[in-house]
Amino acid sequence: MNRWPTRFMLLVAGSLAAGAAASRLSAAPQDYAIEAGEGQAGGRLVVALRSEPKTLNPILSVDATSREVIGALNADLVHINRATQRTEPALAKSWTISPDGKRYVLQLRQGLKFSDGAPFTADDVVFSFALYLDEKLHSPQRDLLVIDDHPISVKKLSDYTVEFDLAKPYGPAERLFDGLAMLPKHLLEPAYREGRLAQAWGTTAQPQELAGLGPFRLKLYVPGQQLVLERNPNYWKRDQNGKPLPYLSELTFVFVANEDSQVIKFQTSETHLLERVNADNFAVLQKDAKTKGQCLLDLGPGLEFQFLVFNQNQLDAAKFAELTAKQTWFRDLQFRQAVSLAMDRRAMARLVYGGRATPIWGHVTPGDKLWLNDKLPHPERSIEKARQTLRDAGYSWNSGGALLDLQHRPVQFSILVSSSNAQRSKLAALAQDDLRQLGMDVQVVPMEFRALVDRLLNTKDYEAVLMNLVNGDVDPTPEMNLWLSSGETHLWDLGETKPATAWEAEVDRLMEAQMTTSDPAARKKLYDRVQELAAQNLPLIFLVSPNILVAAQSTVGNFHPAILEPYVLWNADQLFLRRTGAAQCP
Amino acid sequence: MPRNLRTVILLSFLVLLHLALLLPGFFAPYDFAQQNRDLPFAPPTRLHFIDATGAWHAWPFVHPLQPNVDGSDGYTEDVTQAYPLRLFVRGNAFQIVGPWNAHVHLFGVQSPGHIFLFGTDDFGRDELSRILFGGRISLFAGILGASAALSVGALLGVLSGFYSGWTDAVIMRTSELFLALPWLYLLFAVRAILPLRIKTTDAFLLFIVVVGLVAWARPARLVRGIVLSARERHFALAARAMGASNFHVLRYHIFPETYGVLLTTAALLIPQFVLAEVTLSFLGLGVGEPIPTWGNLLIPMQKYSVLRSYWWLCLPAFALVLLFLAYHWASTTVQEALGEVRS
Repeated sequence: MNRWPTRFMLLVAGSLAAGAAASRLSAAPQDYAIEAGEGQAGGRLVVALRSEPKTLNPILSVDATSREVIGALNADLVHINRATQRTEPALAKSWTISPDGKRYVLQLRQGLKFSDGAPFTADDVVFSFALYLDEKLHSPQRDLLVIDDHPISVKKLSDYTVEFDLAKPYGPAERLFDGLAMLPKHLLEPAYREGRLAQAWGTTAQPQELAGLGPFRLKLYVPGQQLVLERNPNYWKRDQNGKPLPYLSELTFVFVANEDSQVIKFQTSETHLLERVNADNFAVLQKDAKTKGQCLLDLGPGLEFQFLVFNQNQLDAAKFAELTAKQTWFRDLQFRQAVSLAMDRRAMARLVYGGRATPIWGHVTPGDKLWLNDKLPHPERSIEKARQTLRDAGYSWNSGGALLDLQHRPVQFSILVSSSNAQRSKLAALAQDDLRQLGMDVQVVPMEFRALVDRLLNTKDYEAVLMNLVNGDVDPTPEMNLWLSSGETHLWDLGETKPATAWEAEVDRLMEAQMTTSDPAARKKLYDRVQELAAQNLPLIFLVSPNILVAAQSTVGNFHPAILEPYVLWNADQLFLRRTGAAQCP
Repeated sequence: MPRNLRTVILLSFLVLLHLALLLPGFFAPYDFAQQNRDLPFAPPTRLHFIDATGAWHAWPFVHPLQPNVDGSDGYTEDVTQAYPLRLFVRGNAFQIVGPWNAHVHLFGVQSPGHIFLFGTDDFGRDELSRILFGGRISLFAGILGASAALSVGALLGVLSGFYSGWTDAVIMRTSELFLALPWLYLLFAVRAILPLRIKTTDAFLLFIVVVGLVAWARPARLVRGIVLSARERHFALAARAMGASNFHVLRYHIFPETYGVLLTTAALLIPQFVLAEVTLSFLGLGVGEPIPTWGNLLIPMQKYSVLRSYWWLCLPAFALVLLFLAYHWASTTVQEALGEVRS
C-alpha cells in the first residue's frame, strides 16, 4: 500500500512503547512502568515489511517502514495508547500544564538507561528537542513544534524536570509529545556538532552506534533480507508480576515487497503477524484460518480515506492551456457536486473491499468516533440528480450523450491513480463508469506512485487524482497542513498566498482556533464546522474508508491490534509467543 | 487425416475465430463495459436441462444467481425461476463498422436473467464478452504489427539481396543492431515517451506500429536469403539476358519467390505480436480500463486471491493458447504445401 509521504501523515508516528504511571523502588532506583499484561519470556517474532527502512534516525524518517522500526527502538515522553487513543505517561511519569495552557512541566522517570547502559536525563530531552527544532535538519516533526510561528522553548529545570513554553495554548495538549523519540546525547552530540547528523544512524550503522529507550535494540541488519532486533535489557517497563518487558527475545523484520507473498509467507507460518491485509486476501485467509490456527481481525474503519481531487491550482495559462481551460469545470462547485452525487460509494465498498469499507461523505472517518460530525448529510447516489445539477449549471448533452460545458466543449479528463495499488485502480474504474453515465469521458491513467505524487505536489500537471490520506491521530491538529490555505498539502490548490475562497478563509480561522483552544467541547464545535464546510464545498470528493484488517498466528499472545498506526506492533513490548496453553484469538 | 481435409478444418477454424474476434458484438451476449455491480465474481452460469421438479427440457435454460444467504463469498442458484436460452436476441447496440450498428446477439437470456458462460470479473462484467472484445484488440495488434514488420522487412530484404555490395552490408549490419535490441525494454521506453493524455487505444496502436517497424530485421534476413539464391537462378538470368530491367526482374521473377516465406513468417509473427500486446498490458502498460485486451484480462491472475478463488478468470489464457496453436498449425501447413509445390 502506498503511503502518503508528507507531513500531514507524520503524526502517524512510530510505535513507541506504552507505559502506565507507576513507580517502583529497587536496588538501583528505577521508575519502572507496570503493565497489566501477562506473558512468557523468550521467543522470536517474525514480521514482514513491504520495504526496507530508509533510515534508523528518528529525526529524518519520513516513510512508514522506517517509522515502524524506529518505533520499536525508541520511546517518547508522553505516549498515545493506541488502544484507548488517550495519552499516558511514558518516559515522563507525570506532567502539569499551567492554567493559561502555555507552560508544560514534565517529570521524567529516574534511573532509566539507554540500551547501551548510559543514563537518561533532562539533558537528553533538551538535546533531542534541539535536533527536532533545528531548521537545517528539516525534521518532518518540526512543523508540529512550531506553534504560531514560534518554536517551543525547552528548558532543563533539574536532572529529571523539563519545562516547555509555548507561544499559544495548544489544543491537543500533551498529545504533542507522542512520537518524538528521545535520543542519546552522548552518542549523537559529536555528529551534531560536526554537522554530520543527517548521516548518523543510517541503515549502514553498526549496532553499537545506536542506543534507544525502546523495548528493542538493533542486533543485525542484512540489507535486502532482514533486520533483527533483540530485547533491550535496560527497558523501563515490567509486567504486573514484576517480570521485565519485552517478553520477546528477538523481533525480526523480513522484507517482502509484495502483499501476496506476505500472505503466502504468513500462511506457511514463516511470519507471525500481518499488519495490513487487503480484503481479497482477507477472504482467502478466512477460508482456512481455523484449520491453520490463525486469528483474523476486522477492526472496522480506520483513519484512512480514499478520495478524488480535481486540480484547482493557479497555473500558468500559457504552459497549461488545455488544463487551465478544464479548470473552469473543476472550480465549479456544481460540477464537483454532480461528480460526488454520481459516485456509487456503496458499490465501491462492496466490490473493491468485499464490503469491508464504509462509504464516506466527509474527511473524518467513522473510525474517529471522538471527532466525527455525525450530522453531515449522506446524499444518496443519484445519476438523475447529478444530471439535474449539471443542467442547472448550464451543461448540456450532445446527441451521442456526451456532456458539453458552457462553451460546448466535451467534458473529458483523466484520473491518475497509483499503478501499484490494485484497490485504488478498481475505485478509479468504478468512478470512470459512474461518470460515463453523466456523459463525461474519463480516462484512468495508472502511474508509478512517486511520479504521481510529483505531479500532484510539484509540477501540478494533472487533471484529477484518486488517492488516499491517513489521519495521523484522532485529533484535528495533524490535518492543519491539509486544511490551511497555506498548508503544504492543501492538495487541490497548493501555495495559496491568501485563501482563494470565502469558505477556505473560514476554514483557516476555524483550524487556527481549534489548535489554540483547550476546551475539548469548544474544539469539537469548531471542527464540526470544518467538516461541514468540507462536505459542502467538496475540495476532495470523499469516497470510502477501508477497514483495518490484520492477522496473527494464534500462538501470538497479547495480540490487541488498534486502528492507529502501527496497527499490530504498537504493543510490541507485550507481545509474546505461547509455547504452552491453548492458542486463542482475542 | 488427409492433408486437404486438415487444411480445410484448420482454415475454417481460423476464419471462425477471426470472425468472432472481428465481430465480437454479435457473438458476445453483453457489452464489454457493462457492469453488474450485484454480481461480482459470479461463476460460469450453468445451462440446465432438468428443472427443479426433475422434468427434462429439450432446450437449455438458466437460473438466476443470488448471493449466499449465510453471507459467505459466492452465489446460489434461485431454482424457482428459469430463463430459457434464446438465439438471435435483441440486446445492447454494438458497432459493426463505422456508423453501422446492430442490436442482435447470437444468444442471450431475457432480462433480469443473466448468462455468463465464462463467469464475471470483479465488476460483474461478462468474462466471455470481454474475451471476445479483448481478442479484437489483441489480434489487431498482432496483424498490424506483423504487417508493419513484414512490409519493411520484405522491402529491405529484397533490396539487400538484389543489390548486394554496400547496400547489403549497410542493411544487414543495421538489422543485426535491431536484432540485438532487447524488445521488452524497448517497449517500456516507447511507452514512457508517449504522452499521458493521448487516448490509450491510439497510443497503443501507434506503439504497435513502432514496434512492428523495429521487428523488420528477421524477415529481412530471410527474404534476403531467398533473393540471393533466386537472382542467380536460370529464369532470372534468362530474363536479364532478354534485357529485362532490374525492376521487372525483381517484380515478376524474384519477389514471387519470397511469398511462401512471407506467409510462413506472417503466421509466426502474428502470435508474436499478440504476445507483445499481452505482455505489455499484463504489466499494466498497454490498453487501460475499461477496454479489454487479452493482456489486461490476465492482470487479475497476478493476484493470489484470484488464483485461489476464481478459476474462471484464467480463461483468457486458454483463448491465447487456442490462437497460438491455430497460427502455428497454419504456418506448418503453409510450409508443407510449399515443400510440395517445390518438389
